[in-house]
Amino acid sequence: MFPLGILPYLMGGLVIGLGVSFAYVITGLHATQSSFYSTTLSYLTKIPYFQKKSYLDSREWRLFFAAGVIIGAVIYTLTISPDGFWTTSVQWWRLLIGGLLVGFGTRLSSGCTSGHGISGIASLSTTSLYAVITFIIAGIISAHAMMMLGVTP
Amino acid sequence: MNKRNIVLFLAGILFGFGLGLGGMAKQEIVLSFLQLEDLGLLVLMGGAASVTFIAINIIPRFLKKPFLGGGFKPRTRTFSRNTIIGAIIFGVGWGISGQCPGSALASLGVGNLPVLIGITTEFIGSYIMGRYFG
Repeated sequence: MFPLGILPYLMGGLVIGLGVSFAYVITGLHATQSSFYSTTLSYLTKIPYFQKKSYLDSREWRLFFAAGVIIGAVIYTLTISPDGFWTTSVQWWRLLIGGLLVGFGTRLSSGCTSGHGISGIASLSTTSLYAVITFIIAGIISAHAMMMLGVTP
Repeated sequence: MNKRNIVLFLAGILFGFGLGLGGMAKQEIVLSFLQLEDLGLLVLMGGAASVTFIAINIIPRFLKKPFLGGGFKPRTRTFSRNTIIGAIIFGVGWGISGQCPGSALASLGVGNLPVLIGITTEFIGSYIMGRYFG
């Protein structure tokens, strides 16, 4: 069940929770991830969907938040990471197709692993609970389908 | 610079550090969860949600409003068919690639340049959703 142990996952989760909590207690904002993609698109397109007020009001802090996420991972890599800089062996076509579906699906569902999985669950939102159960089951089926096709990792 | 942006930047640093520490910057580790070989992702998500639960449900009992003003409001979304259809589409993409919106950004931070492909198509996927189905 836990070939790498539980500790790194637990510590990682607690640090993430501290970050989300810090943002909430100081600003009242939910530091979630997937909206970053569409609020950032509001800088580039005039399409009304992307120009809604909630997007325009949050697009700036979401850019800062996303920059923080990238830099936080750089700091981890340069300090306590056992492996240093790292590259995936997942094929480019999987990143391409996966990204397309992830971008589309998280927008349609109004949340991702962070919005539904962390902030939504912590808010005791039943909508988020149903979303989390659904995307985990869909993810397990999809990952197993890839295995059955003989694709690794 | 606006204080709110600085706070969110710092929160992002913790979030990205935690994703790195918890292995989520590696698509292989996310996939090992979805392949049911390593259930660590559930521990990470549960740990993060537990801490956040305290911030959302308990701290507001002692603190009237956020330090920078405004109000405390739990994150709720109205349930609809799209909640489920979107979650299915997201889940399929997650299982194909092992990436999700936040972990893709953290993955860039650990030097995983191929993930730029996935980040680019996440923007495109979000655009298609907003442009044609929004």
